[in-house]
Amino acid sequence: MLFRTLAKPDFKALVERILASTEVIGPKRVGTDRHGRPIHHYLPVESFDEIDLDYETTEFSAKTYFLPYKENLCSYRFQDDDWRQEIRYRIQPRAIIGLHACDIHALIKLDKALARDFFPSPYYISRRKNTFVVGIDHDPCEGGFCRSLGTDTATHGFDLFLTDLGERYFVAIGSDRGFRALSGLPAAEITEQDTEDYLRVRKRIAAGFKTEINVQNLPNLLDIEFESPVWEKWGGKCLSCGSCAMVCPTCYCYGVSERVSMDFASGAKTKQLYSCNLIDFAVVAGGHNFRPNRQTRLKYRYYHQHRGFMEAYDEPKCVGCNRCGRTCLAGINPVEVIRDLQAEDET
Amino acid sequence: MKQLFYPFDISLESEMKEPLDFNRRSRTKDVDRVFRAEITNVIRLTEMEKLFQVRIMDDAERQRFTFLPGQFLMLELPGYGEIPISISSAPTNKGFLELCIRRAGTVTGALHKARRGARVGLRGPFGTHFPMEKMKGNNVLLIAGGLGLAPLRAPIFHVIQNRSDYRNVHIFYGTGSPEQLLFDYQYDEWRRIDDIEMEVIVERPDPNWKGPVGLITKLLDHVEINPRETYAIVCGPPIMFKFVCARLSDLGVPMQRMFVSLERRMHCGMGKCCRCNVGSTFTCMDGPVFDYWSVMNLKEAI
Ligand SMILES: Cc1cc2nc3c(=O)[nH]c(=O)nc-3n(C[C@H](O)[C@H](O)[C@H](O)COP(=O)(O)OP(=O)(O)OC[C@H]3O[C@@H](n4cnc5c(N)ncnc54)[C@H](O)[C@@H]3O)c2cc1C
Ligand code: SF4
Ligand code: SF4
Ligand code: FES
Repeated sequence: MLFRTLAKPDFKALVERILASTEVIGPKRVGTDRHGRPIHHYLPVESFDEIDLDYETTEFSAKTYFLPYKENLCSYRFQDDDWRQEIRYRIQPRAIIGLHACDIHALIKLDKALARDFFPSPYYISRRKNTFVVGIDHDPCEGGFCRSLGTDTATHGFDLFLTDLGERYFVAIGSDRGFRALSGLPAAEITEQDTEDYLRVRKRIAAGFKTEINVQNLPNLLDIEFESPVWEKWGGKCLSCGSCAMVCPTCYCYGVSERVSMDFASGAKTKQLYSCNLIDFAVVAGGHNFRPNRQTRLKYRYYHQHRGFMEAYDEPKCVGCNRCGRTCLAGINPVEVIRDLQAEDET
Repeated sequence: MKQLFYPFDISLESEMKEPLDFNRRSRTKDVDRVFRAEITNVIRLTEMEKLFQVRIMDDAERQRFTFLPGQFLMLELPGYGEIPISISSAPTNKGFLELCIRRAGTVTGALHKARRGARVGLRGPFGTHFPMEKMKGNNVLLIAGGLGLAPLRAPIFHVIQNRSDYRNVHIFYGTGSPEQLLFDYQYDEWRRIDDIEMEVIVERPDPNWKGPVGLITKLLDHVEINPRETYAIVCGPPIMFKFVCARLSDLGVPMQRMFVSLERRMHCGMGKCCRCNVGSTFTCMDGPVFDYWSVMNLKEAI
């Protein structure tokens, strides 16, 4: 990997340069929660100053820019008794500034599920390849357990990755596109001092993690504890609202529906992100529901995160951002659910 | 100022320009592009089921279309929706396809109103298939309950067309009542084929019914086969294949040699929407055809 340092005003110049021609998404402060903590969202910005790179976390992940909550898969034009299908992929370039390492890992996981091996999705690939990703290091967010999942640092999946060294950024260059973006800017070769400062910051960050869980035995444990009372306990509280999957950076399941325009001249096939916690996730014609109760549905969310994905890709699907825990009105959070499962196993 | 980022237009990629072929799973393609197909005939089977003969309209696409017995399609009715449907015709017919469809809701309901000449969209084939190759040289039991005869027809046609590859062949079919029997006009033809035993059973006979009465498992009471040289394909509702497979297991047929087809909700057919998730896999990718031992090991498969 190539590394450079970049003075902060020069990074601002880079973002302004991107803004001149391209849509830029960044963490934007949109309000304050009831505990007085700032609320951030990844939103389009008009100027560099709207971006708050010191943010702790965002309520929603940035997946909507890769997997929109609603996306047109194709349109139909009807004429006489016939129809034609039209498909368009989004190809406008876009830049996302300020993703944390966990969210970059989420993209890497989505790459595996959606862009490789079998039936790669052109919708996803097109958005992913047209998005310039700038990551940034940060101190652990409250409740985040990314370190336990090995997603607290990123070595690929981005174009540039910044670490704040005070007056300057330590910049990891992850792609040719990232390299070119820096051209013309006074990015300096790194010195021994830079490396030292960088490692010190990394150490500080690593020392800041308060939440830890052991995920090593989870795939096996989930199998053994399939009938565990833990699912009664936590699943019994679940409101089946689906918020956890909506905010999760790696949840990608969806449903498809179609509609026809008022004049019957056209129709659209739309994909909408779904959640395995929603009651009709597995309902089939005739009304049979393969997962009629919320305990089972909640269990399957964990099952996919920590066993299904593991079997397919040798890694869990969860990146430990704790957005699901933060958003859940029923107070269900992954760290406690997993700890409970492990406690159950030990008794 | 020089442009910083150039749009990456995926439709210009070479893989995207290859002829659409869902059998080449790893290639990047227009995964939601449908083959345009025309309904050439509608055949009424029962109150609830119709057989739709459809033909992929483009000659080249129709020729290129290949599938294996047990695979399914996503059938698109533009403006209504898209549903998974088993292919119910002989693989050698390629893009001349038969789909046996029960009226069950929005899309199937609209389809039941469709006439000859109507145009639908098809994506596929998707999913796993019955191991017709491996079954060569063995006895074959083809067992269906109710609508299960729809997916069973592809392997039946395959076995008939390659009859000399297989030893004894039995077709067992059961439904609730005689008026629910599908494809009753074909039984005679199948029965006349040298060495194909076909038996049909119903639970609730009407006065005209002359055949056996009872559950499908009853037909297994009299089969004389060497279980160690036998493969079975069992299509039907879970409750049915559960009992049939248990019975076959008692007879000594290894569970790895019994094949069933699972049904789940499906919105993509490509392992992407996760709706068909069962255990740690997706029914559309690792299924719908599973050997029964795998089914026993899948969480909540039956
Ligand atoms: C692999 C496979 C093969 C099938 N083969 C056949 C067949 O050969 N003949 C036949 O009649 N039926 C078959 N089915 C069932 C058929 O897909 C459903 O009857 C159909 O989806 C109902 O759609 P609908 O719009 O009429 O019903 P609605 O109840 O209005 O359904 C609305 C939507 O829910 C989804 N959905 C509902 N039920 C199912 C279901 N069982 N499976 C998947 N998605 C569902 C679909 O997206 C559907 O559009 C098969 C199902 C699977 C999974
Ligand atoms: S776990 Fe919480 S956020 Fe998720 S569906 Fe249940 S109540 Fe909603
Ligand atoms: S499951 Fe929860 S903690 Fe894990 S990645 Fe999704 S939102 Fe974050
Ligand atoms: S149908 Fe979408 S994952 Fe199987």
